[in-house]
Amino acid sequence: MLVEEIMKTDCITLPPNATIKEALHLLQEHRIRHIPIVDDHYRVIGIVSDRDVRDASPSILLKEPNEDDLLNEIHTIMSSPVLTVHPLDFVEEIAKVFYENEIACLPVVQHDRLVGIVTEKDMLYTLIQLTGTHVQSSLIEVKVPDIPGELPKVTSIISKRNLNIVSVLIYPYKDNPNYKIIVLRIRTMNPTPVIQDLRQAGYKLLWPNNIPEPKI
Amino acid sequence: MKKKAVFIYADAYLSYHFNEEHPFNQKRVLLTKELLEFSNSLSEEDIIPPRLASEEEIALFHDEDYIEAVKRAGEGKLSIEKGLQFGLGTDDTPIFPNMHEASSMIVGGSLTAVDAVLTGKADHALNLGGGLHHGFKRKASGFCIYNDGAIAIKYIREKYNLKVLYVDTDAHHGDGVQWAFYDDPNVCTFSIHETGRYLFPGTGYVNERGMRSGYGYSFNLPIDAFTQDDSFLELYETALREIVHYFQPDVIVSQNGADAHMFDPLTHLCGSMKIYERIPELAHELAHEYCDGRWIGLGGGGYDIWRVVPRAWGQIWNVMKTDTVAVGPLPKQFLEKWQNEAPSALPAEWQDNEADFPVIPRKADIEEKNRILLQQLLNIIQI
Repeated sequence: MLVEEIMKTDCITLPPNATIKEALHLLQEHRIRHIPIVDDHYRVIGIVSDRDVRDASPSILLKEPNEDDLLNEIHTIMSSPVLTVHPLDFVEEIAKVFYENEIACLPVVQHDRLVGIVTEKDMLYTLIQLTGTHVQSSLIEVKVPDIPGELPKVTSIISKRNLNIVSVLIYPYKDNPNYKIIVLRIRTMNPTPVIQDLRQAGYKLLWPNNIPEPKI
Repeated sequence: MKKKAVFIYADAYLSYHFNEEHPFNQKRVLLTKELLEFSNSLSEEDIIPPRLASEEEIALFHDEDYIEAVKRAGEGKLSIEKGLQFGLGTDDTPIFPNMHEASSMIVGGSLTAVDAVLTGKADHALNLGGGLHHGFKRKASGFCIYNDGAIAIKYIREKYNLKVLYVDTDAHHGDGVQWAFYDDPNVCTFSIHETGRYLFPGTGYVNERGMRSGYGYSFNLPIDAFTQDDSFLELYETALREIVHYFQPDVIVSQNGADAHMFDPLTHLCGSMKIYERIPELAHELAHEYCDGRWIGLGGGGYDIWRVVPRAWGQIWNVMKTDTVAVGPLPKQFLEKWQNEAPSALPAEWQDNEADFPVIPRKADIEEKNRILLQQLLNIIQI
């Protein structure tokens, strides 16, 4: 999946000479946490977060807050240079950028112009979609040896029952490199026949299907 | 004179039939009725036949082109691709002849139950053919075509303008009804079910609270696989009492799926008949305390149709009609009539034998996790 598929394209931006007050207003009005600062050519020259703006605002503890601070220009508090990504970057890659740099927002830049924005929240939403948890389904976890050909064997058992697979994830089995877990979301309320087929084919199923019927 | 309860039934309910291999089998409704008749707690004057719901009534919840598709499917005139768009013709909801009529009868049964209670004919009404809570606005799913519960609640809102509490004890999340009223503050939904981590439909997390003005009127208790009676009842009773007190409903609609039992083949919950005695007792008590008795009971899931469902559902009626659950042996005539057809030995008594329910591994862990869940659920209303 590519960044251009998950990025937002209607970006809220400010020019560098806007005031901190304007930034504060935009953050509140749009309930966002980051504003890219762009020049006349829509080049990203900085970014401000809600935290930057808060740090530059008068303390709520002051009896007579000096509002003048809010009239300072935004470029005085923006972070620069800015980490950016490209629309054709992979979503998995930018997840790493988020993780390693401990940031929550990435402007998307193409031909030196701002074309979109991806936040940590968009990223998480995408991961939820990828795991398939938002679609009605039953989940089965199958333990398989880590050798070629296991996935098609498992999925052919499911297709024999004419069932639709909503999503497939494969992850390592604990610390044992010789096994993998295949996590299948299947679009049915009645997975029992397929569970029995898998057991009959010799596969080990994980909790809660590791306890055969009757349940106890 | 106002009756205590009415029982909605017609043999036509058995025409809601997908195929021989399908786990959803409405013979359970007939079995329940006969169990009650042989027990002398159900007689002819208790029974009202369901009416057929009109298309306008079904359209209170479902889209018209979906209804049209169901009609055409039942006449064999719907293409495979078109059907799949509406969830029709899948393994879970295969197409069968006259499926529109069969489904409309079930919806009509729930509307008949609503009218019986809200026009003052009876305190309680039971439509065990209904409770098909997975039906979506324009999609059949999870063995459900039309969502009679959602339609009945829309009907109550339109015709009677009452605040409705929907309580769903099916082992699967009552997703169709929850999403139907997710932004409606006049309909509060509460579903206790096995966690969606493994089980269909996968939703029903504790943080699904409703949205916009409906925020705070959707409650979910996704309990752990292999939960047994004590933990189930502790959570259910505590939560239900809190929610009823908080919401102050005018009428209670309960969905009484009977698939959280240890014998049920489709879920991982490990309840016994105890939960199916306590569930109607609580609904009954709270309906009288808060709603002047107004309680409409529906059926739902339940896939051990011989050993579990007739007893579980029979007890709902026993509580509605006689204020108390039945105890002791099942009537001989019932066992004699049906034992040959049943694939396993029918239970001899209304209650389960406790020896058949050994303590499961990880019981303490499961109970602890469930308790944390209860706290998470209730923190919104216990300030």
